[in-house]
Amino acid sequence: MKECYVARSRTVAARQLGEEMVIMSAVDSTLFNLNPVAALIWQAADGQTPLAKIVEERICPVFDVEPGEALRDAEQFVSDLAAHGILLLAESPIVESSAVADKKS
Amino acid sequence: MSLMEQLNRKALGLGVPLSVHLDVTYRCNERCEHCYLEHDGKNELTTAEIRSFLLQFAGAGVFFLTISGGEPLLRRDCFAIIELARELKFNVKLKTNAVLVGEKEARRLREAGVEQVQVSVYSHKPEIHDAITKLPGSLSLTMEGIRLMRAAGLKVTLANVLMRSNAADYAGVQALAAETGAHYTLDPTITPMLNGDSSILGMRLPAQGLRTVFRDDRLVGNVDDFCAPPAPIDDEIREGIPCSAGHTSCYVSPWADVYPCVQFPLPCGNLRQQFFSEIRAGSAQLREVRAIRAKHLPTCSSCSHLGTCTRCPGLALMEGKMRGPSSADCEKSFLRTGVATAGMLAGRAVSPPVPSHSALVQIQL
Repeated sequence: MKECYVARSRTVAARQLGEEMVIMSAVDSTLFNLNPVAALIWQAADGQTPLAKIVEERICPVFDVEPGEALRDAEQFVSDLAAHGILLLAESPIVESSAVADKKS
Repeated sequence: MSLMEQLNRKALGLGVPLSVHLDVTYRCNERCEHCYLEHDGKNELTTAEIRSFLLQFAGAGVFFLTISGGEPLLRRDCFAIIELARELKFNVKLKTNAVLVGEKEARRLREAGVEQVQVSVYSHKPEIHDAITKLPGSLSLTMEGIRLMRAAGLKVTLANVLMRSNAADYAGVQALAAETGAHYTLDPTITPMLNGDSSILGMRLPAQGLRTVFRDDRLVGNVDDFCAPPAPIDDEIREGIPCSAGHTSCYVSPWADVYPCVQFPLPCGNLRQQFFSEIRAGSAQLREVRAIRAKHLPTCSSCSHLGTCTRCPGLALMEGKMRGPSSADCEKSFLRTGVATAGMLAGRAVSPPVPSHSALVQIQL
């Protein structure tokens, strides 16, 4: 199976609000409200960590969810956000300038 | 309930100031006849101070940041401020007259990820627009800036402040918006100057002009719905907050003064003396504003318009009492529906400084 890497886009506005994450695309002004699971994935999307590892290390220990199911849900989630241009997906680590540097998050 | 409404409700519950309006300067290259500011540039915020404040805003949960002035692009560090704000992941809206926006500036705003730029346009006629701004050639410069920003891919809104001198021109400004692919907002709000001078209120759109606006379906959509008599008041409305000012929104001046809203001249603290979080939590003025519920308004709580009126507590304060009616909003509710307000019936909301003129309304199109 191919590896999936995810990185936050620089074009978004984002803020933690309680346990949730609010994100707005500067491209089309679409507003997203991420639940705590999705917010964890978003925060971990540094372009360097494979999605499977994010799910294994950040999601499964915190939420009572079966790893295979969690990964399938996560793949669907990142695919949806990528379609709106607020996450970048790649099969190798992401280093392009449109991804947000982790120190600024 | 829309996602934005859910977001506001959640922020209200958490006590998060979701929106901050930051005026980075009061200096301006225009001298608009209705402007409420004095264009004093002395002792305005330094870049380092603004950086510190932005970090504090982000830590407090601020999501929407409006950068305005004065003319913000008069600051040499304006782009550095905007780029820092974007690095901190604010949703940035810029208010500018666009006179200083060339191709390079438009591209830089786009690359920074500014979500929206709002530009004041008063008329499609240069002789009207330029007479209001007192800057010869300003309409031409502004429209060129707008076109360049649109070409760069920025979302632009033409804000059309409507008053006596340009009352007949809103259709022309709407056409300019359509021609440039921009959004259009009409705003017949003229507020007293921050120094208390209310002489500029005489420029407000007369009642007949506002009545015409309220009945123009190109502006308000379904006129019957927009002008319908107020619906019955329920407990949710009575227990609700009258306005987001001081709750989820906040204003910071170029001298670091904190107010509940740009239109609410109640000083609550200064960011040169206290942290933002300290002012938010400790200001007696903000606590007082936040304690007010609709049921606490002595006159308005008994008004049939309580659930639909856009009563501005800042305008009410400028008329004497922040819990009182705002005569401008009373008049607007009346002109819209034909139903007199409690403030009018009590004889309290028809006195100067806002006689028989119009009202505070913002119609987003």
